[in-house]
This record gives sequence, structure tokens and C-alpha cells, in this order.
Amino acid sequence: MMSDQLLIVLAICLPVVATVFIAVTHNYTNVRETVTLFSAVCLIIVVYSLLQRVLAGEQPQLHLLEFLPGLSLHFKIEPLGMLFACIASFLWLINSIYSIGYMRGNKEKHQTRFYIYFAIAIASTIGIAFSANLITLFVFYEVLTLSTYPLVTHKGSEDAMRAGRVYLGILLSTSICLFLPAIIWINVLAGTTEFTNGGILTNDIGHGVILILLMLFAYGIGKAALMPMHRWLPAAMVAPTPVSALLHAVAVVKAGVFSIVKIVIYIFSPALLSDVIEINILLYLAGLTIIVASVIALQADNLKRRLAYSTISQLSYVVLATALLAPISIMGAALHILAHAFGKITLFFAAGSIYTATKKTSVSELDGIGKAMPWTMGAFAIASLSMIGVPPTAGFLSKWYILQGAFSVESWFAVGVIIISTLLNAGYFLPIIYAAFLKKPVDGKELSYNEAPLPIVLALTLTAAITILLFLFPETPLQLLNLLVGNMS
Amino acid sequence: MISSHLPVLQVIIPLIAAPICVILRQGLLAWILTTLVCLISLIISCVLFNQVLDEGVISYALGGWFSPWGIEYRLDKLTIFMLLIINGVATIVLLGAKESVADEISSDRLYLFYTAFLLNLTGLLGVIVTGDAFNLFVFIEIASLSSYAMISIGRDRRCLYAAFKYLIFGTVGASFILISVGLLYDVTGTLNMADIFQRLPDIENTKTVTTALIFFVVGIGIKAAIFPLHLWLPDAYNYSPSIVSTFLAGTTTKVFIYVLIRFIYSIFGHETVFIQEAFNNLLMILACAGILYGSYLAIKQDSLKRLLAYSSIAQLGYMLLGISLATEAGLAAGLIHVFNHAIIKVTLFLSVVCIIFYTRTDSISQLSGLAKTTPLLMVSFLVAGLSLIGVPMTAGFISKWYLIKASFESGYWGLVLVIVFSSLLAIVYIWKFVEAAYFKSPENGVSKLELNKERPYLLSFSLFIFVIANIYFGIDSSLNVDMANSIAHDFYHGF
Repeated sequence: MMSDQLLIVLAICLPVVATVFIAVTHNYTNVRETVTLFSAVCLIIVVYSLLQRVLAGEQPQLHLLEFLPGLSLHFKIEPLGMLFACIASFLWLINSIYSIGYMRGNKEKHQTRFYIYFAIAIASTIGIAFSANLITLFVFYEVLTLSTYPLVTHKGSEDAMRAGRVYLGILLSTSICLFLPAIIWINVLAGTTEFTNGGILTNDIGHGVILILLMLFAYGIGKAALMPMHRWLPAAMVAPTPVSALLHAVAVVKAGVFSIVKIVIYIFSPALLSDVIEINILLYLAGLTIIVASVIALQADNLKRRLAYSTISQLSYVVLATALLAPISIMGAALHILAHAFGKITLFFAAGSIYTATKKTSVSELDGIGKAMPWTMGAFAIASLSMIGVPPTAGFLSKWYILQGAFSVESWFAVGVIIISTLLNAGYFLPIIYAAFLKKPVDGKELSYNEAPLPIVLALTLTAAITILLFLFPETPLQLLNLLVGNMS
Repeated sequence: MISSHLPVLQVIIPLIAAPICVILRQGLLAWILTTLVCLISLIISCVLFNQVLDEGVISYALGGWFSPWGIEYRLDKLTIFMLLIINGVATIVLLGAKESVADEISSDRLYLFYTAFLLNLTGLLGVIVTGDAFNLFVFIEIASLSSYAMISIGRDRRCLYAAFKYLIFGTVGASFILISVGLLYDVTGTLNMADIFQRLPDIENTKTVTTALIFFVVGIGIKAAIFPLHLWLPDAYNYSPSIVSTFLAGTTTKVFIYVLIRFIYSIFGHETVFIQEAFNNLLMILACAGILYGSYLAIKQDSLKRLLAYSSIAQLGYMLLGISLATEAGLAAGLIHVFNHAIIKVTLFLSVVCIIFYTRTDSISQLSGLAKTTPLLMVSFLVAGLSLIGVPMTAGFISKWYLIKASFESGYWGLVLVIVFSSLLAIVYIWKFVEAAYFKSPENGVSKLELNKERPYLLSFSLFIFVIANIYFGIDSSLNVDMANSIAHDFYHGF
């Protein structure tokens, strides 16, 4: 048996080590891709063995180095982080399969650079998931921002560079201006930044201060894309689709909401917040973001843009669920991180699949496409249902928990927001499915293209299948979440 | 035996080496001699470092004449902290200087450059070790006069104007410092810093002492390029040979910040009434204004050297900010930044020295696509740039952390805002170049330039050391942070 420490080091270092081999095998593309796939498989094995320990009730820890007195790089795996690491490592594998199909199918340049930065981004995501204090979280949060920047600007065009500037500008400025001061402030107030069961802040620092800190985190964590800090997300859509899929639908944005959930649970503690907060501003901000983003998504014709705004709205579900502060809604928040990850990655995979096969990017061009690309559009339909929250998909589960939470604290605002946004979700996803399967192609001719390359189809079928499987067999995630709620009380 | 004379050797060795350089009259030999001298100087300061840590304050009577008759050299923790910074920077920069200097200064003047360099080092080290207020003025003048010479030695004719401007400003500043020292001598009857410190409390509210403080602050403000007395700095950094800018950026302004700290804490005394409120508020306002002004102007520059010069003005603001908090944590934060900024700015300047060596230009618009030609060099710049911005795991982050923490502890919210906002501005001006180098096509940039085929190995080596230092001190900051904390602790709780 390997020790906990070694496993944690492996989980973070495997992708980093992989970058070296990817760089070395630069000229042998097949070997290079094998390296990526192999390290993704290894990462899954490592994360899986950690998962077994967490399920057994352990919390593996690792103190790395102390770079400021009292502040060290410290990793501790609690249930929520475990869940996030599972998602990230598993989807890295699927996404790598997809990337191979996509990058080759579209003859993208600089593929080696692409795989290298991708691996670094995964390593930092795992680092965020396992972080045991705010400072470690912050370090990896920044690494994630910086390592994804070259991916966003991958095309190197003027557009891509402008988008990259928005991306970097918003994410770095919010983190440095709001997130970092909040961390230092907490360190001054509490003398520590460790994530602790029951929180590290107490009532006597004053209600106003707690509220300001909460807001600093909500906006400082720009990756959570709470409006008006959301602009980077649509901008990042200039990146190649696998980047949008894994990073801007899963890893980066989920790192944002994950951090917020983790901070609310382990820094503030829900009990403290429900004592202190009279008007739940965070709840209203999240609700507003959900609705506004959905309305924008409804009007967007570019498919990826529509998905981007859908992501913004779905992220705020997590924030909203957290802000309800009921244990069951926090379970819902965590479940939604999981459900939305698989659903949204499928949708992006499908968008990329359509682009690879047909070079089409607009919703209005998709009439009748379902006949030519049945697998892609089938997966798209399943994922859409998950977004809307229809059984038998994972999205239903998480919405169920969130709604239960909303009812338990009698927050009619939250209930109303969820109902309205469900309608809006249906409003912007169902027409696409309808057009794809039931409408005739515009010019009446037979469509001249087929399904996308096999790796792409394979990847999106897998994720769509998992969306359904998660509904049928949610035991493992629920077990983790029960541990999480156990920690909170 | 010799170990007891180390304080004076610190100053004497470079002073003696300077005329030998003139006798050698040959660039390469002069370089070897100067590098050796720097190395010896560094070793001496390391030995002194250990001595002071083991035995406490060292007092050395120059020529065997004890104070108040003779000049006292006084070495406490702050002294050795600064000695280490200055000698470290000087040695490593000089190690890589040969190639760039040979490229930018005509060969018949090379030995003069090394002579001026040694004199400058003498001056800077002398300022740090001396415990005598008038002697300090003398060393300030040695350092300043030699730096005017170093700036004006380049091929670019504009450096003459820059040097002249610096000369005028610098002389005014030095005169003010002299007036201040004179006034203090007048009322206390001594030039020894420790004695002045003891006698001042009896007369602390007299107009003479206040006047002395004002003259001193203005004088040192000019020398250290504190906003709004910084006007000489951008030209001096921009037009002088790039190695000179590197050295000045890493050492001179730091030494004058040291003088400011020394005067506040070891001469006037930080507990004195008049140094408390108005004075600190003034420093704080100037610091903030300097931070914002420097960062803003840095964004607008096209020349990399000028950009870094304005950035230096902003970064000096950070150090001043720490000092102006007038708390133990604030002083420590300021000192930590003195150390870290020396590393960061020298790394950035050395990268620019390399860039100029390859391309003969430092204009951002002409350097687009540079990363394809010199990838490793751009990585160095990037690491140092991230460090300047204050990204975690780099030295700059440590500085930011302590500065923000100190501001929080003193309850100054506004300062936190200033610090984080100027970090954003730093992102803008660093990214301006990074983006051009990495993401713009070389067609309108580097491809048009005639690149130097030579490879500056020594220069790259120096740069490499500094890049590693940026990361090392971001991960294990115990050396500088512990030193700074203990210096601040000593000043606030006695030795």
C-alpha cells in the first residue's frame, strides 16, 4: 500500500511529469497522445485509491513546504474536494480522447503546447481540490488562470488575443484585488487560513465584516462567474472546443464555485452565516445571475456562446444552493457541480463535433442535422435534459436536492428562480433538439456530411451515458456528500 | 586579527582597487579585478553577517580613534542585511557585465567604467557601515559622483543630458542632507549617530531639529527618487548603459531607503513627537501617489528600460508605504520589499540587458515575436514579471503579503486598495510586453531587426541566478523575512 502522502504528491505531480514527456515526444504525435492518455489513466487510479480512503472516513494530509511562517502548502482531502478531484481526473481522460479527434480533425497548430498547458491546468485543478488552506487554494487558483491563458489564446489571432486579455484581466484582477485581500484579512482576524470543520471565524468580529468578507470572496473568485464578473467566460469561448469543454465548462468554472462552497463550509460555516446574515445578498445576486444569463443564452445564436451563458447560469445554481445555507441544499450544490460537469461537457463536445464535421457554429444552421449526426445530437439531447433537470438524468437529482433545501429554509425567492430558470433552460435547449431531429434542412438537399471522427463520438457518448448512469447509481457521490454534511454538523 | 578589521575592509578594498583599475587600463583585466573585488566584498559581508548574528552590534573605531573624536563604523542587523543585498547584487551583476559593457561602451573607456563602478560600490558600502553622520554624507557623495560618471559613459549622447540632470538634482539633494547634518551638529555638538540619538530627546521640539528633519527628508527624497522628487530617474535609467541601469536599480535607491530608515530610527528616533503623525502621513501620501503615478506612467512607455524605471518609482512607493505605517510590521514589510525588489528589478533589468544585447533595441513595438527567437530569455522576463505582479510562489508575493497584512493590522483599508490596484497596473505594463513577445507575429518586429549572433554566456548565467532567486525566495523566504522581522523588532523593543 502506498502512503497517503505519496498518493497526494502523485496526484498533483503526475500531470506535471507528463508535460515533460509530452514535450520530449513532440515529433511523434502518436507517442505524445499515448503519454497524455497513459498519465490520465494513472491519475484516475491514484485518485481512485484516494477515494477509497476518503470513503473509509480518512482525511489524507500532506504538509509540503512552509513559504511564509505559519503558512504552508498544505493538502487535506475532505469529501467535497475528493468529489471535485474525481470529476476532474475522470474527465481529463475522456477529454483527451476527444482532443485527439478534435485537434487532428481540425488540423490545429501547436498541439504539443496545447497538451502541455492542458496537463498543467489539470494539475492545478487537483491542487485546488485537495488544498487544506486558503493560501494553497489561492496558489493553485492563480496557476490555473495562468496555465489556461495560452489555451484561450491558442489560435493567436487578434480576436483570440483580445479575448485572452479579457480573460486574464478579469480573473487576475478579481483574484488580486478582492480574493487575496480577503485571505490576508482572514489571516489577520483568525490567525489561520486552514479549512476547519465548523469554520474559523467567530461571531465577535462583527456582522458587517463577515458580510464584506463574504462579498469579497463571492466576487474575488471570478471563476465562479457571478455577474458582473462573468465576461471572461463568453470571451474564453474563442479557445478550441476541448478547452471550452473541460476547462471553461468543468475545471476552471467548477474550481470557482467549488472554492466558494468550500469557503462557506470551512471558513465561515453555514451556522455562523445564518446567524449573522439578515438579508441574504449572495442568494439574490446568484438568483439574478441565473435569470439574466439564461435570458442572454436564449437570444444567442452562436452555439458556444449559448452554452457559455448557460454555464454562467448553472454556476450560479451552485452559489444559490450554497447561499441557502441548509445542509441539504449544500449537498445539492455539490451534486450540481458533478451533474453539470458531465452534462455541460457533453454539450460542448457536441458543439465541437458539429464544428469538426460541418464547420457550423450557429444554432440556426442546425436544422435536420440529427439525421446525419445521430450520436452527437442524441448525446446533446440527453445532456440538454440534464441541464433542464428532467429525469432520468443527473441534473434532476441535483435540482431535487436544491429545491428541497429551498423549501426547508422557506426561501420562496430561490424556489421561484429555479422554476423560472427551468423554463428558460427548456426554452433555449429544446428548440435546438427539435430543429435537429424534426426540421428539414433549409435548402431541402440531403446533408453531405457524416458523424465526426470516432474519438469525438466515443467521448461524447461516454459522458452522455454517465449523465444517465449518475441518476441510476448515485451511491458513491451521495456517500461522499453524507460525509461532507457529517463534517458540517 | 584580520577579522576584527573586516568593517573597514568592506570599504577600503574597492576604494584601493579603483585606482588600480586605472593603472591596468585594459577592459578585460579591469573586469577580472572588479569581479574579484566584488566577490571578496561579498565574502566579507557574509562573515560579518555571521559575526553580527552571533555577537550582536559591532562597533569599529576607524584608525583606532574612538568616537566622539574618530569615526565610528557601526554594524547592526540592518547594516549587514543591506551589505548582503548590495554585495550580492553587485557581484552577480558584474559577473555578467563583461559582454554587455563591451557592447555598449567604447573599448578605450572600459577601464573607466570599472573604476567608477568600484568607487560607486565604495560609496554605497560606506554609507551602510558608517555610524557617523558627516561621514555618511561623504560616502553619499562618492556614490553619487561615481554614478554620474557611470551614466554618462555610454555611447548614446543623450546619456550626457541624463547625467547632467541627475547631477543637478543629486547635488541639491546632497546639499540638503549636508545642511541637515550641520544643523544637527549645531544643536547636539556631535556627528556620531548614536550620540545624536541620545541627545536629541532633550531638544526635540526646537525649530532647529524640525528644520533639520525637513531638509533631510527633501534631500533624501531626491536621492531615493521618492515621488515627486523622482524626475531625474527615468532619464538616468533609460539612457545610461544598460548594466549601469541594472546596478543602479538594484542598489542605489535601496541604499537611500536605508539612509531614510537609519535617520528615522537611529538618529531622530521614531518615538519623537514630530516624527509621529504629520511626518508619517506625509510619507504615506507620497508613497501612494508615487505608486499610482509610477505604475500609470509605466503603462504608457514603449521603451522597456523607461518602463522599468517608472515601475521602480512605484516600487519605491511600496517600501516607503511600509515605513510610513510606523509599526513594527510595517517596517519589516518595507525591508522585505527592499530585499525582494532588489532581486525582482535586477532580474527584469538583466533580461532587458540581454534583449538589448541581442537586438540593440528596447522598444516594445519593435520586439514583437521575440519569444520565438529567444524563448528562455522571455521565460526569465516572465518569471520576474510575475514576481513583480506578486503571483504566489515568487518573491514579489511575499512582499505583497506582508505589506497588505501590515496595512490591515494598522487599519488602513485605503492602502490595501492602493496596493492591489497598483498590482493590476503592474499586470498591464508587464503583460504589454509579454503579449507582444509571445503572441504578436515577428513580421513587423523581430524579423526586421539585425540580431546579434554572439551568445552572452556569463550574462545569461547571472540572469539565471536571479531567476532562481525569484522563485527560491518565494518558496523559502525565511532568510529575508526573519532578518527583516528581527531588525524591526530590535528598533521597536531595543537591542
